[in-house]
Amino acid sequence: MRSSLMRISLGPLLYFWNRQTVLDYYNKIAQSPVDIVYLGETVCAKRRELRVDDWLNLAAMLADAGKEVVLSTLSLIEAESDLALVKRVCQNGRYRVEANDMAAINLQKSGAFFVVGPHINTYNSSMLAQMSKLGASRWVMPLELDDKTLTAMQAQRPDNMETEVFGFGRLPLAFSARCYTARARNISKDDCGFCCREYEQGLLLSTREQQPFLVINGTQVQSARTFCLVDQLPRLAQLGVDIFRLSPQLQGMTEIIDLVDKVRNQRLEPVLAAESLKHHMPTGSCDGYWYGDAGMNFRGMNHQEKGL
Amino acid sequence: MITNKKNVELVCPAGNLPAVKAAVDNGADCVYLGFRDGTNARNFPGLGFDDNELDRAIDYAHNKDRKVFMAINTYPRPHQWQQWCQAIDNSASHNVDALILADPGLLHYAATNYPDLRLHLSVQGSATNHEAIDFYARHYAIQRVVLPRVLSLSQIKQVIKHTDVAVEVFGFGSLCVMVEGRCILSSYVTGKSPNSNGVCSPAEAVRWEETPQGRRSRLNGVLIDEYAPDDHAGYPTLCKGRYLVNDNIFYAIEEPTSLNILEILPELIQAGVAAIKVEGRQRSPAYVASVTRVLREALDQCMANPDSFSVLPTWMAQLDKVAEGACHTLGAYHRPWQ
Repeated sequence: MRSSLMRISLGPLLYFWNRQTVLDYYNKIAQSPVDIVYLGETVCAKRRELRVDDWLNLAAMLADAGKEVVLSTLSLIEAESDLALVKRVCQNGRYRVEANDMAAINLQKSGAFFVVGPHINTYNSSMLAQMSKLGASRWVMPLELDDKTLTAMQAQRPDNMETEVFGFGRLPLAFSARCYTARARNISKDDCGFCCREYEQGLLLSTREQQPFLVINGTQVQSARTFCLVDQLPRLAQLGVDIFRLSPQLQGMTEIIDLVDKVRNQRLEPVLAAESLKHHMPTGSCDGYWYGDAGMNFRGMNHQEKGL
Repeated sequence: MITNKKNVELVCPAGNLPAVKAAVDNGADCVYLGFRDGTNARNFPGLGFDDNELDRAIDYAHNKDRKVFMAINTYPRPHQWQQWCQAIDNSASHNVDALILADPGLLHYAATNYPDLRLHLSVQGSATNHEAIDFYARHYAIQRVVLPRVLSLSQIKQVIKHTDVAVEVFGFGSLCVMVEGRCILSSYVTGKSPNSNGVCSPAEAVRWEETPQGRRSRLNGVLIDEYAPDDHAGYPTLCKGRYLVNDNIFYAIEEPTSLNILEILPELIQAGVAAIKVEGRQRSPAYVASVTRVLREALDQCMANPDSFSVLPTWMAQLDKVAEGACHTLGAYHRPWQ
């Protein structure tokens, strides 16, 4: 029997913050009701404010504070040096690893448990069964999947496989070899000067009629709208989802975590939490993927469901 | 000096029977196609093959000793699983020369049920490094990998050095600037993506508007670009629009341009690529004929006399005529592009 209380995870930090900001941030997270913390650089191998050893130190601090720690790996692995980095993380010997590329699964020691990250395309039960056979103990649902797909996947979920859903944050929609932050500054990636550090919440890209559209985060492109599935927490629990993922942002993270924590403990109505969370979304909210619509759409709960 | 004497295959696209003939008649070694449904990543209206057409395509190609590859390279959801497996069964019964797959679920199905059928990993499988390629080789015995269009020439050399799996790279056509298989920009805007529906920025979501400021293109309501009277108004693929970043309006992701590798063909062959692929199953038979003819000529000259190979201006002119935005780039192969 699975525990009925949904666990909260903090996904990997997608932005490039300076070292002290990162350390302060995770010190606060250590005091928060988050259960699971994913650590490590997943976007750009050039970002080295924190080295693997620094992440391991943070991991130890968070583990001491009672958090489950998972080490996340790069989502785009190109150079041999990128592979060496991923290999080092996979062989850490203590923490589970979140694979965001098949390379990280291939580099797992035989018998090791791992997490299938959201950027591995787990779209059907056959794929999930194979991941299970190879040692996966958890999968994070790919971002564009919906309620209908998850329902079917949960019905055939392998034994000892946890399900995690990305529940709050700007959606990482695409990865490239090209750095779009450097491009916006008219410099090449090789001479980037780590300019993405200047944009702690990413660099906004709007349409020519000033509609906020996407967010540039180095080689990653995110949604401008913040994905929010907090109002669906009861539905996710009903589907047997084990973990609700929040994606790190600099502003309001403590409040965001507290709101979600209250919802899972049934001390706050999901729809009220969703309303409060809007203050922590710089350019609007979206949830379309969950309903099988365009990802940028926002439905929320309708009035009847809200009981209003 | 080119030491690799193996023939490099030219792999060309076909969305219908006339395109198959155009590819074969103009020198393609292989043509790749898909069924007329969402099982492949070019699920466009009026495109693709039914059983009867597939038979005729295979007859035509095999009679001239060319190969046919079948792309079943989208990711089925549970309710679609049977249909995608049937597409594999169907391809196997038609004697295709290889399947181009992306989903590990389908790779497992094909490797288990048709152990003699040759498997290629689609570009949608996002394998950009030799460890990822090794994963697919170990578990599904893939014999070829199509590399995403994100690697530089030196990175491609490294990949080839470290794997026994044959490597196919894109040589010409529309340029995906994101890692294929990991881009959901299209479904974010329209609900339909390459992974799930085999389409990107689908035509059904496109709207053109004439305004006093000029012509505008929208994708599901989102303004992709606005064109001055003398601007070339290309298809509004969402990563090739002009957007506002830091008070500047520009092609913030990529210009409307085509990939063209002719300039680095000798280096690619020397690096040991097994095949050069042309993008464009959605394009006309005339496009297929024209691009195939130029690349055939270039490949033949390059393989015969690698040291004296030079790109003929007429080749470039012919390719630019059919290129997106009528211009070309080396894309990620050329490091400064990144």
